[in-house]
Amino acid sequence: MAHVDLLIRNVSWQDRDCDLLVGDGKVVELADAGTAQAPEARVVDGGGLTVLPSLIDAHVHLREPGQEYKEDIASGLSAAAGGGFGQVMAMANTSPVNDTASVTRLMLQKAVQAFPNGPWVRPVGALTVGLAGKELAPAGELFRAGCVALSNDGVPVENTELFRRAMEYAADFGLKVIDHCEDPWLGRGGVMNEGEISGRLGLKGVPTVSEAMQVARDILLASYLNLPVHLAHISCRESVELIARAKERGVPVTAETCPHYLLWDETRVGNYDTSVRVNPPLRTRDDVLALRQAVRTGVIDILVTDHAPHAAHEKEVTFADAPNGISGLDTALSLTYELVRSGELDFADIARLWCWRTADIFSLPANRMQPGDPADFVLFDPDLAWVASAEALLSKGKNTPCLDKEVPGRVMAHYLGGEKVFSR
Amino acid sequence: MNWRHKDLLEISQLSPAEIGHVFETAARFAEVNQRPIKKVPILKGKSVVLFFAEASTRTKTSFDMAGKRLSADTFSLAKSGSSLQKGESLKDTALTLQAMNPDAIVIRHWDSGAARFLAERLECSVINAGDGWHAHPTQALLDGFTLSRVWDSFEGKTVCILGDVAHSRVARSDVELLTMLGARVRVCAPRTLLPAAITTWPVEVFSDVGRACAGVDAVICLRLQLERQQAGLLPDLREYAGIYGLAPRHLEKANPGVKIMHPGPMNRGLEIASELADCGASLILDQVAAGVAVRMTLLHLYLTRSRVSA
Ligand SMILES: [Zn+2]
Repeated sequence: MAHVDLLIRNVSWQDRDCDLLVGDGKVVELADAGTAQAPEARVVDGGGLTVLPSLIDAHVHLREPGQEYKEDIASGLSAAAGGGFGQVMAMANTSPVNDTASVTRLMLQKAVQAFPNGPWVRPVGALTVGLAGKELAPAGELFRAGCVALSNDGVPVENTELFRRAMEYAADFGLKVIDHCEDPWLGRGGVMNEGEISGRLGLKGVPTVSEAMQVARDILLASYLNLPVHLAHISCRESVELIARAKERGVPVTAETCPHYLLWDETRVGNYDTSVRVNPPLRTRDDVLALRQAVRTGVIDILVTDHAPHAAHEKEVTFADAPNGISGLDTALSLTYELVRSGELDFADIARLWCWRTADIFSLPANRMQPGDPADFVLFDPDLAWVASAEALLSKGKNTPCLDKEVPGRVMAHYLGGEKVFSR
Repeated sequence: MNWRHKDLLEISQLSPAEIGHVFETAARFAEVNQRPIKKVPILKGKSVVLFFAEASTRTKTSFDMAGKRLSADTFSLAKSGSSLQKGESLKDTALTLQAMNPDAIVIRHWDSGAARFLAERLECSVINAGDGWHAHPTQALLDGFTLSRVWDSFEGKTVCILGDVAHSRVARSDVELLTMLGARVRVCAPRTLLPAAITTWPVEVFSDVGRACAGVDAVICLRLQLERQQAGLLPDLREYAGIYGLAPRHLEKANPGVKIMHPGPMNRGLEIASELADCGASLILDQVAAGVAVRMTLLHLYLTRSRVSA
């Protein structure tokens, strides 16, 4: 038997009581509870908590370099550690934009300085220089510096020819293109879902077809080029239906959505609540139901937070003036667990949606609870509710509709490579 | 009637009984406005800030006059030419206003929800004088009051709102008020100037002006913002005037005694034929007079409200 230096006794994995054995930073075995023998090992009592693979978030905004008052890499990673995320893919819309190796390297350095044992930043390079949509960013240089994907997230690429060439060029480095699907004209100036409520509130709307139009474009390109494309933060039924049909035909398309699109609809805008202003906007109840089904059935492959921290004063403005985004890393697992409690998902879905499938899509390491996997895991207490107060949130961004509300389930400890990176 | 509302943000906050009370009180103030000396002392010592972030001579003057006739002190705070330059957040503006400790703030702002934003942060009354595309409750009340002077009841009456409903706070507030009082409401505009979910509104939708005006008792023309053409919502203004501008021929099948209204300022010859604006059926100048009486009423009600509850 392999060397064991850490033994976590008495944890629950998918309704089974286990002992988790770790050696040299890797999973050695998940043994039946009480059966493990490891006289040399440090023993930790898991107290019956749920063990989950450390989560991967394929879509976060860490704001550094350039907007450290909203978040910096250290504060973002501490929210990741406490939220159960071992790897976070940081979008390129920093200032300067992550379109050169020097910015990528800076991000990686800052991350290792703050958290030498992880969580790990996996930078996403810009698709076009400065996200301007005019010329291709140097995908090869970005790849060599450590970028794991490319995206113009935040700024839709208007030029379809350029988008096609980006997909082709990136493919040579095995880099996936993540597209922020938004027709640059249909949604221009819109601040919430176009419909009954935008009409009543007198706010400019973004129609669902603005997203679905680009989803259709990307699927057609992926099919024509036989190259993969990953669709970011899908929010509506039309997109889900297009993706489902494309997958049936074998088009190499993958997609993500966020907990907020699974939980809340446009009625949350209520009386101009800027904490729910996101892009794409919260849609209707029908869209929420379509997304839940898509997540259960795998039509939507993965969950991401689209963690978008903002300073408090930036959201304390009129709805039209407020920036888009919800700070998500601290609360993502609790919000997903709400769907487990209501019977929509189970813990196996959480492992799939927040880790395994994400690792497949972006070729990242993951703990599948098999011998030899990295010992990246979370001890989660499903019975512990907590209040998402400003003090409790580790991100600098307190901009969440959960602020000061009770949410279920809490990360009690987080291990990466067998090292404890967080505990409460 | 004990007035218990702190703020006036949109018509849906009011009940039909409260709207009736506004009309009755406004009728008394309208009478005051006919006297040789139009000033009464009921708001002496009260201060009202007129905060017009978006220009509007007409509404601002109307509120200013209303306040002065009730002996309140009115202070104007324009967005430009004051310390409240562009760049200062609305929150800081609110705190600045609060520090001046006024009794009421009348706000006009280009953002929907701006009046509510202030109301949530200020202890004084906030009266919405138009926020973005959202609401213009005092205009709706003066429109309703104007019609109440010529109609015994709103029941059985049909009103057509003609023009750019999508971007009109007047239309939103008028629809709420008129339907609440029992009138049937129609809207008529090219599809590009109707909001996305117009089918969920309590209105009948028309695209043909003549048909929309058949059997109506009043037509409310909306002002067309000329930049809608540049925004790609209209082909050209000449075509708009020819097809959607209210002309005498459109009123041939209207009910006898049909009234014509416009919140102003008008683009004569564009959304309304000039002769209709000036004809005997026009209530456009009555609306202006009603505006002062209704705003006197509102200042009176909100500044002397009972503070027992919100
Ligand atoms: Zn995005």
